[in-house]
Amino acid sequence: MSIARLLSFENWKRWLWSIVRFVLIAGLSFVILYPILQKIATAIKHKNDLYSPIVVWIPETFTLENFKIAISIMDYWNTLLNTFLLSGVTTILTTASCALAGYAFARLSFKGSKLLFAGVILTILVPPTTILIPIYMNLKDFTLMGIIPLLTGESVNLLNSYWPFILTAITANSLKAGLYIFIFRQFFRGIPKVMEEAAYIDGAGVGTTFLRIMLPNALPAMITVMLFSFVWQWNDSFYTTTYLTSSNVMATQLSSLPYNLSIQLEGGVTTNKDPFYMSMVQDTGILLAILPLIIIYLFVQRYFVESIERSGIVG
Amino acid sequence: MMKTLSQFNIVPKSYEGQKAFWGVIFVLPWLLGFIFFFLIPLLTSLRFSLSTIQASSEGMQITFIGFKNYIEALTVNTNFNRTLVESIMNMVVNIPLIVIFSLFLAVLLNQKFFGRTFARGIFFLPVILASGVILNLESTSLVQAINEQNATSGGVMSGFGAFELERIMLQSGVNETIVSYLTGAVDRIYQIVSQSGVQILIFLAGIQTIAPQLYEAAKMEGATGYEAFWKITFPLVSPLILVNMIYTIIDSFSRSPITELIMTTGFSNSNFGLSSAMAWLYFLAIMIILLVSTYLVSRKVFYQE
Repeated sequence: MSIARLLSFENWKRWLWSIVRFVLIAGLSFVILYPILQKIATAIKHKNDLYSPIVVWIPETFTLENFKIAISIMDYWNTLLNTFLLSGVTTILTTASCALAGYAFARLSFKGSKLLFAGVILTILVPPTTILIPIYMNLKDFTLMGIIPLLTGESVNLLNSYWPFILTAITANSLKAGLYIFIFRQFFRGIPKVMEEAAYIDGAGVGTTFLRIMLPNALPAMITVMLFSFVWQWNDSFYTTTYLTSSNVMATQLSSLPYNLSIQLEGGVTTNKDPFYMSMVQDTGILLAILPLIIIYLFVQRYFVESIERSGIVG
Repeated sequence: MMKTLSQFNIVPKSYEGQKAFWGVIFVLPWLLGFIFFFLIPLLTSLRFSLSTIQASSEGMQITFIGFKNYIEALTVNTNFNRTLVESIMNMVVNIPLIVIFSLFLAVLLNQKFFGRTFARGIFFLPVILASGVILNLESTSLVQAINEQNATSGGVMSGFGAFELERIMLQSGVNETIVSYLTGAVDRIYQIVSQSGVQILIFLAGIQTIAPQLYEAAKMEGATGYEAFWKITFPLVSPLILVNMIYTIIDSFSRSPITELIMTTGFSNSNFGLSSAMAWLYFLAIMIILLVSTYLVSRKVFYQE
């Protein structure tokens, strides 16, 4: 009898906890999804619905006009392609260079490698703002230690091209690259040493061991780094707005969208510059910018969760 | 490539020697980048912060003026002090909230329930959404602001709830600062949720590495879930609390209003010296916070060894 009562009490507690948990998770999910839902609701509204007191979520007149305007102002398809290229190229280069460095720091120790790894930690800790201005000036007159002026007679201005991104990506010093090196190092340290030694005995050199044995094993870490690097490059406004002033990538287009919009509205037929309407188109623009990321996320989300669990940050 | 190199007798013969050799080669790209895109700019920035820079037709004129820029940033400039203190206070207030919140959610998301994969998918969404330009623009969205206002004025309950909670807690004798901190946290829930995506991921990954036998043994001995959390989960993920704390501090760089101030001083007003001095002061302030918090937390951290 008492056991049965205890059981039912336990049961009650479990049920109660399930309900509390459900409410918590549903509520917080709503908090996260709310801005996106709202943007979708705003994007499909007609201008008139904006002032209609009866329209909160579902518009009275459904329209794609906002999308059309945002797409034309942002030069969307072109921008999308550019951003994809930029993010894709930097992602691949960053992953490759960080994997190399991470492996070397984990396993191929040489004199001073510990000191250099402290340098990696330093790159994580220093805010990018601190070094941005010298880098900016450096890229404006890019000399590569005086080599380029010797060849062509003058320094090159690398600003407003993709070169700053490519160069920093190849050399594993792009956005948050220190973190990626750290992730790779932790991961490679977790792979048993025996595997390398076996490969060496079978006649593989260090390079071959890395390419054929370590890299395939490091797939979770690679997926993690690639995802982070792609997404952060896509969203980054800090470097993109300083390095690129007139190129069409998502970040610069989004930050200049309000400005471009007001020009278009003033020059167009409708001369009323309604701040709410502008904000509405801007919301549509944001939605368009994150849409590709959300679509990608839907597909890779599963790997995302799995791979971080095995990526060795924890380790 | 290997073959040609070994023909010239560059590659050492021993395994250790070979590893060291390839180690240098593998690190080389990073090292080049580190020198050109980090170390030299860092030192240049330090030099700028100690001098005035005048751009003329012959190039830049850099004159050493000592700590004048730092003094100007701290005493003359009207915005710097306030912005620095504000953004650091904001950081200090948010760090504990974000770390505790993400640990709690990681524990929650680790339990088995219906729709878990779906819930996880939603909670990691901020990793994608809450970064960079989107976040900046979101704060200026008028439609959103209006809707939020409607939501609070229409639904009296939401404002009322926090108020009621505050009253109850005050009456039961909880310290006033703690109460306002907690109610403030409720008001900033979106900010906190949107900043804890990566932290939840890291905690979740850490919890999953804990051996299930530990929980089984504890359960056999009669431990409740609550006890199991404090005696098993918490100590074993405590190193990650340190990791997450540091990550949260670093992550706040990009959101900080001080970044904007430094950029405008540098680029719009082209006062590179002052801007560099500000950037260095910001860096030093963050380093102090990092060191102090690491010192405080690392004493409590439990390590397996």
